[in-house]
Amino acid sequence: MDDIANDPGLVLNAFWVTIQLAVLSGLASLVLGTLLAAMRVGPVGVLAKFGTVYVSVVRNTPLLVIFVLVFIAAPTLDLLVKTPFLVKGVVALTIYTSAFVCEAIRSGINSVSLGQAEAARAIGLTFGATMSQVVLPQAFRATVPPLASVLIALAKNTSVAAAFGLAEATARMRGITNNNADDRWLIFMTFAIGYIIIVEVMSAGAITLERRWRVSR
Amino acid sequence: MSSSVLFDTPGPRTKARHRLYAVIGGAVLAGLVGLLVWRMWTTGQFAYELWEPFLTPAYIQVLLVDGLLKTLQMAFLSIIFAVVFGLVFGVGKLSEHSFVRWPCWLVVEFFRAVPLLLLIIFIFYAFGVGDGFGAYWSVVFGLTLYNGSVLAEVFRAGIQAVPHGQGEAAYAIGMRKTQVMTIVLLPQGVKIMLPAIISQCVVALKDTSLGYYITAPGLTFVGKQIYGEFGNQLQTVLVVASLYIASNLVLTWVATWVQHRFVGEKKPLEVSVVGAPGTGGEA
Repeated sequence: MDDIANDPGLVLNAFWVTIQLAVLSGLASLVLGTLLAAMRVGPVGVLAKFGTVYVSVVRNTPLLVIFVLVFIAAPTLDLLVKTPFLVKGVVALTIYTSAFVCEAIRSGINSVSLGQAEAARAIGLTFGATMSQVVLPQAFRATVPPLASVLIALAKNTSVAAAFGLAEATARMRGITNNNADDRWLIFMTFAIGYIIIVEVMSAGAITLERRWRVSR
Repeated sequence: MSSSVLFDTPGPRTKARHRLYAVIGGAVLAGLVGLLVWRMWTTGQFAYELWEPFLTPAYIQVLLVDGLLKTLQMAFLSIIFAVVFGLVFGVGKLSEHSFVRWPCWLVVEFFRAVPLLLLIIFIFYAFGVGDGFGAYWSVVFGLTLYNGSVLAEVFRAGIQAVPHGQGEAAYAIGMRKTQVMTIVLLPQGVKIMLPAIISQCVVALKDTSLGYYITAPGLTFVGKQIYGEFGNQLQTVLVVASLYIASNLVLTWVATWVQHRFVGEKKPLEVSVVGAPGTGGEA
């Protein structure tokens, strides 16, 4: 515990790396995931097939194997050789998380029943109005809870980067634990609470958004 | 694609346009794949020596027995333990006594919010190293605590999904609390929970790979040894990943079958987000 007591920055710096990883790969996988979802629900067969294959391959592969692919196998193809570790971590996390983002968004769109769109067209709304007034608002609301749990899982998944030389929170805990065998419980609890704070903040944010956008039925 | 909320049924002209998009999209995707294959070709990834271990019976045996079998064992053991853990804490969360409910809630929320790898590393260094129970059991116990907590939520939600009248009727004919739970609520809840429990097996199977960090046995660890010996990182990753994918697809297929067989077309169970007081999904 002396290490932490003497230098709280040790813990905070590590969590800063964790947060950077989570935010950057969160944004990137929102973009890629939305693109994949658009491909999957769109009318173009080839792209829909590709989206389906991507999602089922990535969802069934362990994140750690994807990290091995990006950090260890890609350099043998002369890809990502001089890339900073943080960027590589973001790439691996994005490949993995975007499949889950895609599924969250798709489930949101699927939750809008066909009758809604048909009714909107029947009362004479144009295609644009149907989308912007009827379909997308409902789909968007239904997307918030699953998307929130995907992003929370992402924040926890950043810990896998510890196994590949990124000095984020989990790697730091291992380092400190090695040097201070007597305080293992305290060290573990310190880092665990750090992660719990991140998770609780995200969860509280999601619940607030959900409440704000909820429609009374 | 005739019925979608996103677009109307396309007419002949739109269909022609979609065909054009399909050709362009297909060409772009084929180009990307071609680029990757060309990259593999120029860096000599198709050389026979690099693929040889996966055609050699001895290595195939190592891969399947020390790798896949160990991984499946770890996942299976941890799921069995996790079901027990989840049952205890899930029912505990529904208890009428707040001195039972609160500790159960705290334990479940804690293990759901902490990253599994952090947990596994802690268990390994605190109990597994040296005279302890080793890396294998560290992974199994870590997985048990994490998946058990997720399953506790599943059990709670599943029991609550049983119509209220069932419990009330059971009380009305004079059953005790334990009887209501074990004879009436749980058997009906299990039907609803089964698909969610099997999906959790997929998560457990994937998460066994985290043992790589503490050198626990399993598919990923065997993979590391193979590419350490032959320098065929890419080939090993592809083979290991396909083994994981194949096992998970079988599990997913079982889950879908169970869903159709026992639950029907009803909506799958919703499990709350970590930290939420009882609504949401999972990942």
